[in-house]
Amino acid sequence: MSAELLEGSPAIAEAMIAAGCRFFAGYPMTPFTELLEHMAKRLPEVGGSCVNAESELEAVGMAWGAATTGMRAATGSTGQGLSLMQESIAEAAMAQLPLVIVNMARAQGDYFQATRGGGHGDYRTPVLAPMDVAEATVLVQRAFHLADEWRNPVLLFGDYYIAHTYSSVDIQRIDFGPVAPKDWGLDGSSSGSGNARLVSPLGDTKQRDDVGYDLADFYRRAAEMTSAMVDGIERLVEVVDCDDADLVVVAFGTAGKYVRYAVAQLRAEGHRVGIVRPISLFPFPDQAVRDAAAGARLVAVYENNQGQMVDDVRLALEGAVPTRFIGGLSLDTSGFGIAPDFDVDVLRRRIQGVLDDIGGAA
Amino acid sequence: MSEPVELRIQTVEGQRVLATDTAPAGARLVDDFTPSLIDVGAHHLCPGCGEPIAMRSVLETIEELGVIRRAIGVFGIGCYTAFSNNLDCEVAQALHGRAPSVATGIKRAKPDTVVFTIQGDGDMVNEGLQEVIHAAARGERITCVMLNNGVFGETGGHITATTVLGQRTKNTLDGRDGREHGYPIRLSNMLADLDGVAFVGRCAVNNAGNVARTRKMLQRAFEAQVNDEGFSFVEILTMCPTGWFIDTQDAPDYLTDNLAATHTLGVVKDVATA
Repeated sequence: MSAELLEGSPAIAEAMIAAGCRFFAGYPMTPFTELLEHMAKRLPEVGGSCVNAESELEAVGMAWGAATTGMRAATGSTGQGLSLMQESIAEAAMAQLPLVIVNMARAQGDYFQATRGGGHGDYRTPVLAPMDVAEATVLVQRAFHLADEWRNPVLLFGDYYIAHTYSSVDIQRIDFGPVAPKDWGLDGSSSGSGNARLVSPLGDTKQRDDVGYDLADFYRRAAEMTSAMVDGIERLVEVVDCDDADLVVVAFGTAGKYVRYAVAQLRAEGHRVGIVRPISLFPFPDQAVRDAAAGARLVAVYENNQGQMVDDVRLALEGAVPTRFIGGLSLDTSGFGIAPDFDVDVLRRRIQGVLDDIGGAA
Repeated sequence: MSEPVELRIQTVEGQRVLATDTAPAGARLVDDFTPSLIDVGAHHLCPGCGEPIAMRSVLETIEELGVIRRAIGVFGIGCYTAFSNNLDCEVAQALHGRAPSVATGIKRAKPDTVVFTIQGDGDMVNEGLQEVIHAAARGERITCVMLNNGVFGETGGHITATTVLGQRTKNTLDGRDGREHGYPIRLSNMLADLDGVAFVGRCAVNNAGNVARTRKMLQRAFEAQVNDEGFSFVEILTMCPTGWFIDTQDAPDYLTDNLAATHTLGVVKDVATA
């Protein structure tokens, strides 16, 4: 494939197919709908299957089923739809299922839902947040790799802008290195063998001389795997102009791209300001935030919500640098369109206001 | 004549053998009627429960059809979940109510497999009703099996959507009253009306004749899947003396007089004979 002009949703769909995804299920919801449309059109062409599920509950269940066979499978929705999926996401993590879930979110109010998870129990889900279409086509492929590597659901946090911006992209399958063969995948062939496979959130072993699951042992091993995953996953982050910065601004996703532009303008005008853009929202790039802010007088966090990631920034800094929230809710109540907040002049004024407060030299 | 000896069978390295501590010298296992898809025959369900008989009937049917090495079971949440890790059949354990969707994903990903769900009435008709209805309407090539005892057995005897009028449960102490608690859902009859459904049958495991009829219906249901005819569904009425608050030996008759009086036994739909 050479570079072509694609809207975000079909671009992400093509990247998913390039990554080997052959099953998708979903339920229409703006701004996720076009991703479903494109998967419904394209998957049958490549020998896959896309089911128009009766609700998000079933969509995630179907993707769960396909994932139990070892096939790369995904589902997605918008924040509300992901709320419906949370029980399955939580239990899929316990069942050690590699599953990719795309949230084409409305604004950035789903940060807690994504990084904390809205489900029950003791689990974590890695979250990747692209800033634009091109990055999304890379990160969605990384999501499949991470899901396979750690046998865990992985979320891609997109939004309306990423779904609907046209961009020139060159989609190739990206090789992230080898993953363990999926010898646990169900295909019926081990039935009656004396050692039939089992994929269950209640346990992965059979008690040959007794009945029931050994939950204590399973939960202990699951906790070890989660811990290894959290420690082992590379933290992705973009850090620009922070070495001498008095003010470090932290922002993610589409907002991060806008803030990066505003910061570049201010830097060009002589302000000592830099930006940290977390790309993996979980695990959060704590060390990068600490290092970037080491010489700063203040850290400002811009998000298109009431202040959620700011908690993670404060946890990362452990009080070392004062931290201020300068974001806010989209004034477009639907979250679909361009909010007044997403205006470079507005962002500049907010950052400038912080610079004025700390007396940063121009 | 020597004293009677209780013989015990145990599983050693995957092989079922007579326990050496109880076997008299020279004793050997001459026959074993355990379906080959059962790994551990023991279970912790209550005495008089119908679910082990129903489960065994499903496994025997799969064996008879010769599709063992293609079989994948998807289990819901209920007492029968206890079987999900003591079968020698591949199993995907699903969430409460979600088995038909999980089965759909498996079948779409691996069309050559033979996929069945095991769900109770609470799992299928209460928690996940839309799952089975839509799977049926899609004509998904899977076989859904509902173990219907008209009660939430695992929680200790609570009303489900299939509980019959007049039945006493822990939250209908004076019996289910239609005006107050609504009326039982006859799921088989609902599903039979849907295009895409190849076979629907309702049977019971409360006596030998009914078990034989259950086996026939299961056979036809799995055949419908293997022959690509459409969605197939078998509702098996099972005894739950614990959840019905009756004596164990009374449960088979209670099933006939109560559960089966509302959920009548018989083939509800078969496209092969329509």
